[in-house]
Amino acid sequence: MSDIIGWFADIGLADRPQVGGKGGSLGELQRAGIAVPGGFVVKTGAFERFVRSLERDAPVRARIESLNADDLDGVRACCGEMRARVEAAELPRDVLEELSASHATLCGSGGPSPVAVRSSATTEDAADASFAGLQDTYLWVTTLEQTLRKVRSCWASLYSVESVTYRRKRELPEEGVAMAVVVQKMVDARTAGVMFTRSPLTGDRSVMTIEGAWGLGSAVVGGEVTPDRWVIGKITGEISVREISDKAIQHVPAPGGGIEHVAVEESARGAPCLSDEELQALRTIGRRVERQYGRPQDIEWAVERDTNAILLLQSRPETVWSAKEAAPVAKPAEDPLSHVMSIFGGQR
Amino acid sequence: MNASVKSQGFPLPSSLKVVPGTERAQAAYPYTVQFGKGDDERFWFYNSMHFPEPMSAFDMVTAEAAYCALGSSNTRVHCLPTTLGIDHRIINGRVYIGGNAVTDPAEIARRTAEFQKRAFYYYANWERLYAQWREKMLKLIQDAQALPKLALPEFEPLEHVHAGRGVASNHYLLETYQKTLEGYFRMWHHHFEFLLLGYGAYLTFFAFCKKAFPEITDQTIARMVAGIEAEIFRPDDELRRLARRAVELRVDGHFVEGEAADDVIRSLEEKAGEPGREWLRELATSRDPWFNINVGDGFYHYHRAWNDDLSMPFSGLPEYIRRVRAGESLERPVEKLRDERRQLIADYRDLLNTDEERAAYDQMIGLAHRVFPYVEGHKFYCEHWYTNLFFNKIREFGALLAQHGFFKDQEDVFQLTRYELETAIVDLMTSWSNGSPPRGPDLWPQVVAERRAALTEWARHETPPALGPVPDVIDDPAIVMLWGITRESLNQWLAAGSEPSSNEVRGFAASSGVAEGPACVVRSVEEISRLRKGDILVCQVTNPTWAPIFQKIAAAVSDIGGSMSHAAIVAREYGLPAVVGTGNATARIKDGQRIRVDGGRGIVTILQ
Repeated sequence: MSDIIGWFADIGLADRPQVGGKGGSLGELQRAGIAVPGGFVVKTGAFERFVRSLERDAPVRARIESLNADDLDGVRACCGEMRARVEAAELPRDVLEELSASHATLCGSGGPSPVAVRSSATTEDAADASFAGLQDTYLWVTTLEQTLRKVRSCWASLYSVESVTYRRKRELPEEGVAMAVVVQKMVDARTAGVMFTRSPLTGDRSVMTIEGAWGLGSAVVGGEVTPDRWVIGKITGEISVREISDKAIQHVPAPGGGIEHVAVEESARGAPCLSDEELQALRTIGRRVERQYGRPQDIEWAVERDTNAILLLQSRPETVWSAKEAAPVAKPAEDPLSHVMSIFGGQR
Repeated sequence: MNASVKSQGFPLPSSLKVVPGTERAQAAYPYTVQFGKGDDERFWFYNSMHFPEPMSAFDMVTAEAAYCALGSSNTRVHCLPTTLGIDHRIINGRVYIGGNAVTDPAEIARRTAEFQKRAFYYYANWERLYAQWREKMLKLIQDAQALPKLALPEFEPLEHVHAGRGVASNHYLLETYQKTLEGYFRMWHHHFEFLLLGYGAYLTFFAFCKKAFPEITDQTIARMVAGIEAEIFRPDDELRRLARRAVELRVDGHFVEGEAADDVIRSLEEKAGEPGREWLRELATSRDPWFNINVGDGFYHYHRAWNDDLSMPFSGLPEYIRRVRAGESLERPVEKLRDERRQLIADYRDLLNTDEERAAYDQMIGLAHRVFPYVEGHKFYCEHWYTNLFFNKIREFGALLAQHGFFKDQEDVFQLTRYELETAIVDLMTSWSNGSPPRGPDLWPQVVAERRAALTEWARHETPPALGPVPDVIDDPAIVMLWGITRESLNQWLAAGSEPSSNEVRGFAASSGVAEGPACVVRSVEEISRLRKGDILVCQVTNPTWAPIFQKIAAAVSDIGGSMSHAAIVAREYGLPAVVGTGNATARIKDGQRIRVDGGRGIVTILQ
């Protein structure tokens, strides 16, 4: 298998060191038979080749390692320089060829079609991952040239001030610091949002919370619209909470690439953005994903505008509640009858 | 908690006035249930769950007998550690109740030791004791059925004389009356023999689920525990069976929407030949015992049994028959329901974090399942079957007294207290024995008229949901279990009083789903015939025997009731949105208003 490109169908979570968390997860979902927008990962091998070619002109990793985390000006200057180099440099020929060919395959015979370019961090460190790459999702990238540029922008995020400072403070070696990039077909979403397969409020594993709004999911993830919110019994499918909000704006693809904010039609603002059938379909998908991963998930999803098909854009393990040490709810008692004292004993 | 809410309280009992003009009707209730000294210091709430309508003088016997038995069970028999019995007071026909909490830790410890010797024995021997209970109950029912018909012949029958019976017929009036009352009081003891223990075991599991799954809905827990073939479903099951049989026997054309039960029966007898008679035999099979279910909760004399008034079951038949014709199977898929319950229990079990928790879960749901047949089943025997026999026997006394001019109608007997009724019976016995006219005919007609007027008047006046100081906590398991009243629900009631402009009414989420429609505010059982298809039923308390109307309505809202109330169970069975325990929906929602019921969130919105 190529160490430059990996198609979703060929990768999984185990390939995380080469394809990153996001990429591995998308591969894993596709393997589990869950619909995701088609795509591939520009693996860390591509980044390594790129860095090697940069290093031939001037040192990269040694420069970073020599930085003092407390010297903010120094870090800032160096980071600026590095990012400029990453964004300007030519891609190595083999990387360029494979990436271009894969992009063409992904777009199909109809010529270039819009893709999303997203960084996919390889680090297990959640904090680090969130510095490097959190903001690096480029939607509605319409041409190969732009795609190539956005891939370099994702790589460049490794040299953000926050990310570098973080690594320097911990004195992490730069060798092995790498970034994979997901290139994925863009979904024109009628509705999109997030789904937690446990309650974000109480950690309850018996319910799922689904939040969604009209248009692309970026409006929900970016907090630009108050999404509709539902709480749904994981097992029962019972919808116990329905909060339909006033969704004033939505993100839609802009004619020339990228996205734009438009007002939601008056009649749709207060209408639920998902039907009960779609909520139930999402629940079924959420349960399958959770079973596939063996733990609660934090999922991004979209309903395709033309087909109303539900696609998953991303799934990652839920971290907040999973990290908490849960006290046992109750222990078995030697005399099972003694449990009733919790009601009759007046200790409430 | 909102501090301004906390500082508020409910009106004091002493500030509650008897409705002018009804003072004498109020005075008919014995001194034991009149508000008085010391009552302002205590918290009371209106028991609109059991007594949603002003109660007539006789019907208060149900409060007397029930609280006497409830108290005995809690205080003396099982020795619940933190609570004694429940006091009741009556004003303007409304029954207010207040618990007697035990708060002294030493006393709680002493009672706990007793409780464990008693209640734990019941839990450990539940199946045997419950089987014994059913036998006792059936025996009690037989005894009530065996009470002699009332008769005052002009001359004592010759055979009595020749047999040397030596006791004249008038004596049997008193004996029968006392036995009738005795049986009713005894029945209530049976009723409470297991009740609190049953609810307690269920609530133990309930509390565990709420802790393990903070956002689990009450109805999901109820579904894990509820029986599949509880007696309470049987009357409605029988109705469905009769609808199927009508179609099978091809006599379904005789069931016409809106036609009186008597006319349908006559038409079957006279025009449907052998199939018609066959269906009527099927009806007779269903009626004994399953039509011994009354259209209310059995606490009022006018909650007549299906057996005594076939209009309720017959009103449901045309719709069931229509569904059978449409090819729908009305049979409850018992096996499927059982499998679903098993799966539900297993799926939630899987979600628990540790094997230790799963072991505790198994223990608790095991106990809940053991006690639940009683919790669900007792009502049929007690509140329905026995209570019907009881009120019908009193009705016989009413007929006899009416025959002797004490009042116009047999139903008037229920305007006398049980003490007054005994006096009237003795009056009649004496008059029969000495040949003088009875004194009652000069007295009772006016009293009856006055009391009927008072009942009408009282029904027109709203009564506060609670009285007296708000307790800091409600730690009385009986009140929490039976009435679903918690500190939170009191705050809701207080808040509702302070924000009359809000168009939201909140209660317990009893059965999920959302429905919109015109409200039909039903204040008494007699009004349920007003319900039209698509209406939203708004009532003080719903009842499972209203099941036939559940197929007509779009949703149900009630003032009182928890998620385990039978109304909630039936609503879930029918897949109808329901919000129960709102405290004041019947007061705030006007008949005909368009409302939206969100049964999953427990919110009713008044739309216009």
